[in-house]
Amino acid sequence: MSVKILGKSKGFYETYERRPGNNQEQTHYCPGCGHGILHKMIAEALVDFDVAENMIFISPVGCSVFAYYYFNAGNIQAAHGRAPAVATGVKRALPESIVISYQGDGDLAAIGGNEILHAANRGEAITVFFVNNAIYGMTGGQMAPTTLIGQKTTTTPYGRTLQNEGYPIKMAEIIASLESPVYVERVMLADVRSKNAARKAVRKGIKNQMEKKGFSFIEVLSTCPTGWKMTAPQSEEWIKTTLAENFPLGVYKDIADQVEPLDLSLNLAPPERVPKLIGLDQDKMDFDTASMKLAADIDQEIKIAGFGGQGVLSLGVWLSEIGMREDLEVSWIPSYGPEMRGGTANCHVKLSRNKIGSPLVTHPTVLVAMNRPSLEKFEADVVEGGAIVWDSALIDVEPQRTDVRNIPVPATRIAKEIGNSRVSNVVLLGVLAGFSDFLDPLVVQRVLPLIFKKKHLLEINLKAFEVGLGLGRELTD
Amino acid sequence: MAKQFVKGNEAIVKGAILAGCRAYYGYPITPASEIAHAAALYMPMVGGTFLQAESEIAAINMVYGASGTGIRAMTASSSPGFSLKQEGLSYLAGAELPCVVVDITRGGPGLGNIAPEQADYHQVVKGGGHGNYKNIVLAPNSAQEMCDLTMLAFELSDRYRNPAVVLADGFIGQMMEPVDFPEPVTEFPEKTWAVRGVDRDRMNLVSSIELDPDDLERHNQKLQRKYEIITNNDTRYEEYQLDDAEYVVVGYGIVSRLVHTAINQLRDEGVKVGMLRPITLMPYPSKRLSELAALEQVKAFSVIELSNGQMVDDVRLAVNGTKPVEFYGRMGGNVPSIKELVHEIKRMMRVL
Amino acid sequence: MAKARGLVAVNVEECKGCNLCVVACPVDVLHLADSFNTHGYSPAEYDGEGCTGCGVCYYACPEPGAITVYKNWAEAQEAYICQVKQVPSKLTVVDSVKGIAKCEACGKDVILSNFSNLSFAE
Repeated sequence: MSVKILGKSKGFYETYERRPGNNQEQTHYCPGCGHGILHKMIAEALVDFDVAENMIFISPVGCSVFAYYYFNAGNIQAAHGRAPAVATGVKRALPESIVISYQGDGDLAAIGGNEILHAANRGEAITVFFVNNAIYGMTGGQMAPTTLIGQKTTTTPYGRTLQNEGYPIKMAEIIASLESPVYVERVMLADVRSKNAARKAVRKGIKNQMEKKGFSFIEVLSTCPTGWKMTAPQSEEWIKTTLAENFPLGVYKDIADQVEPLDLSLNLAPPERVPKLIGLDQDKMDFDTASMKLAADIDQEIKIAGFGGQGVLSLGVWLSEIGMREDLEVSWIPSYGPEMRGGTANCHVKLSRNKIGSPLVTHPTVLVAMNRPSLEKFEADVVEGGAIVWDSALIDVEPQRTDVRNIPVPATRIAKEIGNSRVSNVVLLGVLAGFSDFLDPLVVQRVLPLIFKKKHLLEINLKAFEVGLGLGRELTD
Repeated sequence: MAKQFVKGNEAIVKGAILAGCRAYYGYPITPASEIAHAAALYMPMVGGTFLQAESEIAAINMVYGASGTGIRAMTASSSPGFSLKQEGLSYLAGAELPCVVVDITRGGPGLGNIAPEQADYHQVVKGGGHGNYKNIVLAPNSAQEMCDLTMLAFELSDRYRNPAVVLADGFIGQMMEPVDFPEPVTEFPEKTWAVRGVDRDRMNLVSSIELDPDDLERHNQKLQRKYEIITNNDTRYEEYQLDDAEYVVVGYGIVSRLVHTAINQLRDEGVKVGMLRPITLMPYPSKRLSELAALEQVKAFSVIELSNGQMVDDVRLAVNGTKPVEFYGRMGGNVPSIKELVHEIKRMMRVL
Repeated sequence: MAKARGLVAVNVEECKGCNLCVVACPVDVLHLADSFNTHGYSPAEYDGEGCTGCGVCYYACPEPGAITVYKNWAEAQEAYICQVKQVPSKLTVVDSVKGIAKCEACGKDVILSNFSNLSFAE
């Protein structure tokens, strides 16, 4: 025989030491409030299922903000309406914990409407308890999104109207309409039978989480004797006669038995493996920089301009990558990158022996112009004695400047002859390496395989580079 | 380890992962979206969580939850998104939860534009949300610092149990530069306060509520003491050409890069000008500025910002009327040219 | 009439006098006291006899520790282990309204609503 005693659950603290003031033996809830009943059902289930120590209780803003006074568990108090988002962060970090997201009607259905909808839609493997008493209790009896038509509150003193506030929102129905949730039920705390049904729903919601079934949502029609200006027994009667008439009870969705448990396991990589996993394991290309035939005082400011799709930005990135391998200080910045979705494109590249201040190029030492508007737009900015490298296959005008080096390159035509018009930017890279004193062709040839990993792409680009290089070298002769 | 040529925004994510961050919750916004892209790419590789949240508000609250369990968590956004995160930041600061938030600023107010501005200084450095709290704020000016300061942000955030913000602008986020990535962090501080769903920390509570005015005042006083300690121990700044400087230019982030170049030109012209670049905006290097103001050689200060003049308030407080403090700012996403800066610095220094 | 095999003990100081247990009790053996507890509420009281141990009042009550129901009191009182002498003992109700029993082994009063501090043989 065993002694059967119903009494204070071990899921609660013995005394409520976190509660300020003298009264640490009673909850802060008003007499007859349904929160305590639901708290008891949750605590009882957790103890019965032996998971009380694994629970993390997310308390909302509203009357149950102080739930952490009572639950003997890890407690996290959330901002108004955000409990499902907080619960998401917790559950994703600790998939083995039992995360309870507990919210009132204002918290869940008004200010937190978005958070609950999306946590449900993602199918977060948590258990949500939604206490619907059709009123804001803590803030002083204002209208809730679930307040009934005609119901008087401090902010609907003449009663809620369809015209002004619309219909009360039915969350269980909404949540059940989503695909991800596995269990949605509306229960009430009104009499022996309904409380027994509620207790079963609570246990099922928690069990689902233990079995990693997914998102469970239990809406609980609950009393607010103070807000409703009724006695506790009258409040329970009002739930039965009125609230439940507007919010029909029942199981709105239950596919828990039909779904496989979710794989929530975390596979955290040990720190020493992390660099490789995020692509930081590449060997450093160690060059004997002394052997490079680079000018002693490099300070190149290069602007590359053309239209989207010509590889303008890529050419700039490669130039910088090569400069980096040459042990130069480099910077690259698109002008201005984020909104560029097609259309014109240009980028700024700086190469220097010294620390680079501004990454912006206003007066380029080299302008690479890949279409006519770019040439016309930036020609005037080039420094005296600088160079203009331009695609003479695409641009039908000549640069007007006579104080700069004029380097026409039929890059697009050459690229087509090689077999792919898209390699025109690499032809130009070759030309730059050929005539300039800031690119070492040997370095370029060693960097290109790092950029073009596919064999056929590498071959055609190396070819483009060599042709460009030859043209560039002719210029220096 | 490998030196890579990467975008500032990507350097942030790689730095974060090297720092042990295993949770990223974010919402897309230009010009910060590359951070989310990189996090989406790399977080799953290391077993971490990447989740595109339904809103900026949800994202910061997911960070709140993740951080409450003791793991390193972050989010990133741009100015309008940062405004939305202010509620969450106030709760994080109140609950003394660590977290890292990146703000790649853009032009405002309102929808503004996506060009770089530094007009988030007030909302990031001065708190922004409700209550007597401050964020730790780090202001990188290179892709390397996007990595380094993100890693530092996690360290400081954990050490002080305080939100840390990496405040950068669209330029630094978009800019590509070589980054020398450090080795991954392997030792982490113990977090006895975390809620992990195990018996050991069953008594732990993450909360920012203190009903009793005396308790809340004590809590606030504790926060203020913390900010003092942070100021004493972790104020960071960079000095450039200040040894004999008669004029001190103050600028942070991308502006400091522009000023660096402008100073080189001014020095070529014989103008004795140098720069103080705050690396931490909270704590602010007020003490160093006061010291500089007290030097006889220093004649004046000039503050340059991509804003209507937000940081200049802090310079004025530090200089406290002892020397003139001038201001030049551009707004709307416009960035001054070097020529313009040289001219304006001369004008402000009255050496034209 | 149902068999009176249970016992209900109200922790007077935890009760807020909301009346839900009184209304819920199927055998009508609870009422609100005329007196007040230290928090100013008139707590529920057991009539002193007739409890069936059904537990309805326990689930009706919003306070975690205000009501304790010994569902099988007749067996529980025989299985009591004395907290002072740690020996098998027996409980006899001395004040059913206040929920106080006496331990046969040590002779001391036992508060029945403090059930979590009490132990019983399996």
